[in-house]
Amino acid sequence: MAENIQVPTMAQFMAEGKAPEVLFWVGCMGSFDDRAKKVTKAFVRLLNRANVEFAVLGTEESCTGDPAKRAGNEFLYQMQAAGNIEVLNGYEIKKIVTTCPHCFNIMKNEYPGLGGNYEVMHHTTFLKSLLDEGRLTVEGGKFRGKRITFHDPCYLGRGNDIYEAPRDLLRKLEVELVEMKRCKKDAMCCGAGGAQMFKEPEPGKEDVNVARTEQAMEVKPQFIAAGCPFCNTMMTDGVKAKNQEQNIEVMDVAEMIANAEDL
Amino acid sequence: MQILAQVAFILALAIGIGIFVRNIRRMIRNIKLGREIDRTDNPAERWGKMAKIALGQYKMVRRPVSGIIHVIVYLGFIIINIEVLEIIIDGIFGSHRIFAFAGVTYGFLIGAFEILALLVLVGVIIFWIRRNILNIYRFRGRELTTWPKNDANYILYFEMVLMTLFLVMNAADYQLQLNGANHYAMAGGEIAGAFPVSGLLLPLFEGFTDSTLIIIERTAWWLHILGILFFLNYLYYSKHLHILLAFPNVYFSKIRPKAEFDNIDAVTKEVQLMMDPDADPFAAPAETEAEGDEGEPEKFGASDVFDLNRVQLLNAYTCTECGRCTDQCPANNTGKLLSPRKIMMDTRDRLEEVGANINKNGKFVDDGKQLLDDYILREELWACTTCQMCIEACPVGIDPLSIIVEMRRYLMMEQSAGPADLNNAMTNIENNGAPWPYNQMDRLNWANEN
Repeated sequence: MAENIQVPTMAQFMAEGKAPEVLFWVGCMGSFDDRAKKVTKAFVRLLNRANVEFAVLGTEESCTGDPAKRAGNEFLYQMQAAGNIEVLNGYEIKKIVTTCPHCFNIMKNEYPGLGGNYEVMHHTTFLKSLLDEGRLTVEGGKFRGKRITFHDPCYLGRGNDIYEAPRDLLRKLEVELVEMKRCKKDAMCCGAGGAQMFKEPEPGKEDVNVARTEQAMEVKPQFIAAGCPFCNTMMTDGVKAKNQEQNIEVMDVAEMIANAEDL
Repeated sequence: MQILAQVAFILALAIGIGIFVRNIRRMIRNIKLGREIDRTDNPAERWGKMAKIALGQYKMVRRPVSGIIHVIVYLGFIIINIEVLEIIIDGIFGSHRIFAFAGVTYGFLIGAFEILALLVLVGVIIFWIRRNILNIYRFRGRELTTWPKNDANYILYFEMVLMTLFLVMNAADYQLQLNGANHYAMAGGEIAGAFPVSGLLLPLFEGFTDSTLIIIERTAWWLHILGILFFLNYLYYSKHLHILLAFPNVYFSKIRPKAEFDNIDAVTKEVQLMMDPDADPFAAPAETEAEGDEGEPEKFGASDVFDLNRVQLLNAYTCTECGRCTDQCPANNTGKLLSPRKIMMDTRDRLEEVGANINKNGKFVDDGKQLLDDYILREELWACTTCQMCIEACPVGIDPLSIIVEMRRYLMMEQSAGPADLNNAMTNIENNGAPWPYNQMDRLNWANEN
């Protein structure tokens, strides 16, 4: 697929004396992880399609400090936060959208106490608002009638009580939405949170992502929909561990919408 | 004789309540060993949450079987205690069923108490079966052996015995009233109370003389009230304090989004100082406000109960070890050592150890132990995914995650004792703004890749 995406930076907007409608916070996964980069690009295609004037920080973006904070390294987190807040406030950012629930949570809930006050949205909520405003239209396309289960990211669902936006988007795709036994408030973690992504798990019987994948397999989905780059990786690995690559594909909700539209 | 009984009763009451008050004061003293925390904001929301979750048992019924039985036992406990009020008044003044003047209403109440008592008895038996015979995950944890397991069963036995005594007392009383016995029967031959359940026990008393019945009634009456006083004092030594503490605990629980962790203010100050271009790096540390004693630098995170906040310590006393947190903990579910319930039990056990130390020595004398390592292991702390399921699952608003994070903070910031691979990620974030060793200048490369 020929890529033709427009990704303006804040520096460019600034140089032109303009302000974007929203800042897209890409995050470390979205910037560097090969799988997550596809989600990043899918989301940008949707933003382009809906004519959203957005910008990214590009090389001025840095880790929000989430893994540091959850690991207990408050000092490193606050150093990262201070640097990011300085950049964001310097550009007078008002509204931020991000494809990562961890970036979303930390900027929405924990940056305000350090002087960073922004309206922060998760990309599923943002896409939902674009649909509601009629700026983006979604049709079932290739996902119509497909059996899909949504894996709630902890930091979006339980952590911030957002359960319906991603599901509403999936319903627009006219999929057959099936819920795992543990879903929404009771959803089981993929195993990546709390900086687990960056360390070996403690000894145990099983890896968390495999256990969660087994729960997903119980409802026999063709796709597992994710809303978090970490969950995406963990569930993809889980599907591989269970030798289910032929039957189950893990995709971000934004990717599904973009793919359905063949963007 | 009668006056002797009254004096004995008042004495028992005074001793029972006296010891209880002493223990509660000790508990409050122990909780105050923790750091201060302000959770008095948004009182309307807090009262509402307390009404819904503590009073209304909203989260209990998410698990219908144990939840509904618990609601019955809870209602039974609260409502039957109205009867205890009458028992106390009768005990002090030597009267018989002082509220009987209420007539039909009284009959209705006593009848309702009896039905509730029966339901509680059945409920408690089902609880015992669930705990001891059915193979239920959350009653099998490694922290639920020896004392915690026995403690839970003692409480159930207690409730069984108390309910049985209540019904036997009523049955004997009813028979005595039917017999027209002196002191029991009401003038005019009316019956004080209604006895839909204990009435069924009457055939057991066939052929008993009034004096035998009086002995049975008095014995059951005394054992019942002494049992209640004993139980009241057993609370502090058991896991059962939740019947009192659930209410303040829910009131002071976190009302912010579960994924929001607090920012440490002392760190904010240090970071501001570091980022301030005008700050003199060689200046002597400023004579800061009253924080910390004798200018001792503030300790980051928690290695012992003194470093936790008061709400966290209240949480520890409130935990009734039901294990709903552990039951849904992803780390525990996959065989890791971590159990959020054990975090709470360990915190309480250590706090009690510190409390006993203070009771003995007048003030805390270093015992060479701490919460970290001696109770909670590092392996447990590092297994947490911070998914907040434990907070969500807890029916009384306990937050085990906050303790885990506080102890990780100690390990990371005071001891630099994180797992090696995690430390690498931290170094990367510090050096190049991402958890992996990628150059920050490459952060936008994705836009031009195919």
